[in-house]
Amino acid sequence: MAENDLNNPEIDIPDELKQQIAVTTLDRIYNWSRSNSLWPMMFGLACCAIEMICTAASRYDLSRFGMEVMRPSPRQADVMIVSGTVTKKMVPQIVRLYNQMSEPKYVIAMGACASGGGPFKEGYNVVPGVDKFIPVDVYVAGCPPTPQALLHGLITLQKKIEGEHIPDTRWYKKGEVEALPIPILGPDLMDPRHFELIREETHKPLPVVDVIIEGGETA
Amino acid sequence: MSEQTAIHPLYAQLISKFPDSVVRDDRAGFNGVVVQPLNLLEVVKELRDSLGYDYLSSVTAADDFPEERLEVIYHLFKSVGGAPAVIKVFLGREEPVVPSLTPMYPGAELQEREVWDLYGIRFANHPDLRRILLWEGFQGFPLRKDWKEPLYEEDVKPFKSRWPEGKGERKELLNPYKDNVQYPREFEPSTVSGDVDQAMYKSLEYSDDPNSRVIKTDQLVVNLGPQHPSTHGVFRMAVVLEGETIVNLKPVVGYLHRNHEKIGERNTWLQNMPYTDRLDYLAPMSNNFGYAITVEKLMGIVPTERAEYIRVMMAELTRIASHTMTTGFLLNDLGAYFTPALYALEERELILDVFEEVAGSRMMVNYFRFGGVVRDVSPEVLKKIKHLVYNRLPRKIDELDKYISANEIVRTRCEGVGVLTADDAIAFSTTGPNLRASGVPYDIRRADPYSIYESLDFDVCTHDHGDVYDRYRVRIDEIRQSIRILKQVLDRIPEGPIMAGKPQYATKVPAGEAYGRVEGPRGELGFYVVSDGKPNPKRYHVRAPSFINLTSLAQMCKGAKVADAVTILGAVDIVLGEVDR
Amino acid sequence: MNGFGILKGLWITLRHFFDTYLSEFGRNRKKLPLDDQRGMVNSPGLFTIQYPEEVLAAPEEFRVIPFLVYEAGDYDQRKYRCTSCGICAKVCPTQCIYITRKKDAETGKPIPSPEEFYIDTDKCMNCGFCAEFCPFDAIKMNHDFELATYERGETHIFNKEKLGKPVEYYAKIRPVNYALEVAEKAEKAEKSTAA
Ligand code: SF4
Ligand code: SF4
Ligand code: SF4
Repeated sequence: MAENDLNNPEIDIPDELKQQIAVTTLDRIYNWSRSNSLWPMMFGLACCAIEMICTAASRYDLSRFGMEVMRPSPRQADVMIVSGTVTKKMVPQIVRLYNQMSEPKYVIAMGACASGGGPFKEGYNVVPGVDKFIPVDVYVAGCPPTPQALLHGLITLQKKIEGEHIPDTRWYKKGEVEALPIPILGPDLMDPRHFELIREETHKPLPVVDVIIEGGETA
Repeated sequence: MSEQTAIHPLYAQLISKFPDSVVRDDRAGFNGVVVQPLNLLEVVKELRDSLGYDYLSSVTAADDFPEERLEVIYHLFKSVGGAPAVIKVFLGREEPVVPSLTPMYPGAELQEREVWDLYGIRFANHPDLRRILLWEGFQGFPLRKDWKEPLYEEDVKPFKSRWPEGKGERKELLNPYKDNVQYPREFEPSTVSGDVDQAMYKSLEYSDDPNSRVIKTDQLVVNLGPQHPSTHGVFRMAVVLEGETIVNLKPVVGYLHRNHEKIGERNTWLQNMPYTDRLDYLAPMSNNFGYAITVEKLMGIVPTERAEYIRVMMAELTRIASHTMTTGFLLNDLGAYFTPALYALEERELILDVFEEVAGSRMMVNYFRFGGVVRDVSPEVLKKIKHLVYNRLPRKIDELDKYISANEIVRTRCEGVGVLTADDAIAFSTTGPNLRASGVPYDIRRADPYSIYESLDFDVCTHDHGDVYDRYRVRIDEIRQSIRILKQVLDRIPEGPIMAGKPQYATKVPAGEAYGRVEGPRGELGFYVVSDGKPNPKRYHVRAPSFINLTSLAQMCKGAKVADAVTILGAVDIVLGEVDR
Repeated sequence: MNGFGILKGLWITLRHFFDTYLSEFGRNRKKLPLDDQRGMVNSPGLFTIQYPEEVLAAPEEFRVIPFLVYEAGDYDQRKYRCTSCGICAKVCPTQCIYITRKKDAETGKPIPSPEEFYIDTDKCMNCGFCAEFCPFDAIKMNHDFELATYERGETHIFNKEKLGKPVEYYAKIRPVNYALEVAEKAEKAEKSTAA
């Protein structure tokens, strides 16, 4: 299996050598090795985390993909599986953990909650999608996604990695990659990027009766 | 229950003893007594000391909006079993204050903080009244009915905008910040420091010995969590250490606060059922069970016989799955990295297969309905369960037992660690295996029987030392008892319908209140619901065993080594979905 | 005796290790009944399902995201069974179903058919209420869990096209339910002809 994955299709190899030799590009071998040794961060948020644990356990066995090394430390992890509801109280920590991960780093939003708020989206302490704060590579739908669905998500991520080119990936470019701003807990969750907007909106004159913007539902 | 119903002798006794301050709650469908806030302490003292109500199960509040009234509701039990004593206190909406019960029942500590956090009711003399699920500085008290969240649409579901003119749109995109947030008027964001833990650290300082008010140089505050491999989710403990010994500890929760109760009060009665799955996500069937029997109590319906058997069967299977998993992960916390957990998870997978077949989902089963269950259990599935119960599970539990119980490392790390005496366990309102490991034979299946448990033969497992090892032993014993129950259920399960009446999506629930409780794998899972006859609950509260079991964590950990804190937490067995709700 | 417990633990692990090989040895898993297959009740050793090469059989009631059942109409048009009655939108606990009812272009009267039907999969909790209470058997729970995407803005709100599945698909993934439904319909038809 591996040879076929690795071989560059443009180069012909004589049949008798196919088992022994693989000709490949740097991109390809590099991505191949990276995608087969993705170390997830041991990081569970809610119900989906239990399915993530089941994925790592014997029945679905993440180690078949080289991912069994769940790292508790963000410094050693390649992929962060955001498995569960992202709450406002938790999101500063999540962004911080993401900033601490060494590059290249990937994020999987597992389940409806992490992707877009999920069943608890209307709640006052829930962030409608972790992608509001950190870039997400793969979204896995489901509530909870079964272990097989998560595996499918991981395979989808591997495919993405295999399609990358070293010259145009953001972490191999010159200069530092900016750390993401960490949201602040005030009267509500504040994204530092929105300070100007918050000032503007809360100082608007008061034809609106309430600060709460009633979702454009004019009767 | 109208005016004519006879008053419970207990309440009559209380009223005659305190004629000025206690009156009967005579709203239709309600029971219990209403106590003047100033006399609360003496009434409760009477209850505890003379009448034997030594177990404060639940403290919660309700908002009687649009009436200008908040109420605080206490459910007290006897630790020998029986029905609750329900005490209520009525308060005004502005600056409500009620005396704290924490000095009398330490188990009220976290619950009172929760009520303060969500309702803004102040508890006088509470040792450490801070926000618990939200953070210091949060704007407003969210469970009050007049408080609206940023993505608020309507007071109750179903929302009118979904049909017949529904547009597939994302609500948050209509918010100016494209997010689920709102801010007070004329708000200046740069004035906020974002440091929300000040008060927590301060409370750690002050609850120290009086002579070490300020953390001395040899004391050290360590935060375990919220991202920590052994806190079983997003739990955080702030630990004060002297060397390696724990001097003080504060649980910090709320990192998974998903507003279950606020959403639950907007949902229709039935719509809450799948939400309860997400409370204690290791034991969804138990949650369904608790909610179903509570609402059935209010509706006055009884499930069919076959449904009762199926319910018990599923609840016991859940208990086995949950206990094996806990055991596996306790070993994980002890350093037996993953192997025992893998074995435990194998058995859990097989039980989940059963759930998947009958309910359609491995974890989020949504299986119970008011009056029965949604789907019958087919003969093939019954055969599978039989095989599990008669062959596979007993064998595997024996193996697990053999593997772990006599292991020297397990014994040295667990025996005598995290001891909770029986009196403390009751005072701290501990429930479930934690309580029984301290030698209190309190199991709701026996103490306040529900469903068909009365007719089933099983023992309440207790151990006496109240340490981590005994908590583990109780769980193993309980798995065996569950297998015993399952065998009886499988033998006796009758044929027949699985629903009383027709399945309906609009449930009619008469006005009134009900408190229902079941013995979940983590202890007493209680639901307190209030109906005003409308399609949605007026108040929906979950008495979460994991949350209340955390109250005694500091007591168990003081004096232990920091490595033991992880073990103790693993043995307390919390599920964050339930702790934070 | 000290150390004995550890040896016992190691022995159990070792036995599991050998079981793994012994149970796989000479087994042709395809021919075994389901319960004896790998990862099932009777399997002693290796427990792993080799996803994606082999997929665990989904039981009939398994549910992920709902789908809309349609029947083939003339000219390959889809005849959705849905009458746009709105019950599913009402029972949905997360309120993630959005239905626009079709209107007659001239009279403005409602037609029992959906103009649009959206399900926001970022909110759907896979609870199955919509399928349970739909009076027309028009919405059913899908088994397809392979839904990972690189993007969600456009793709995660499923529209009518994406939700639609032919009735044959329904018959395939839920044979028992489908048979029941057909029988029920036949009975009804018989009654109405008799009347
Ligand atoms: S997507 Fe569903 S299962 Fe996953 S965390 Fe959210 S509510 Fe829980
Ligand atoms: S309940 Fe069935 S028929 Fe009614 S709108 Fe929903 S899918 Fe269509
Ligand atoms: S499965 Fe449940 S949450 Fe999803 S669309 Fe149907 S009713 Fe709504």
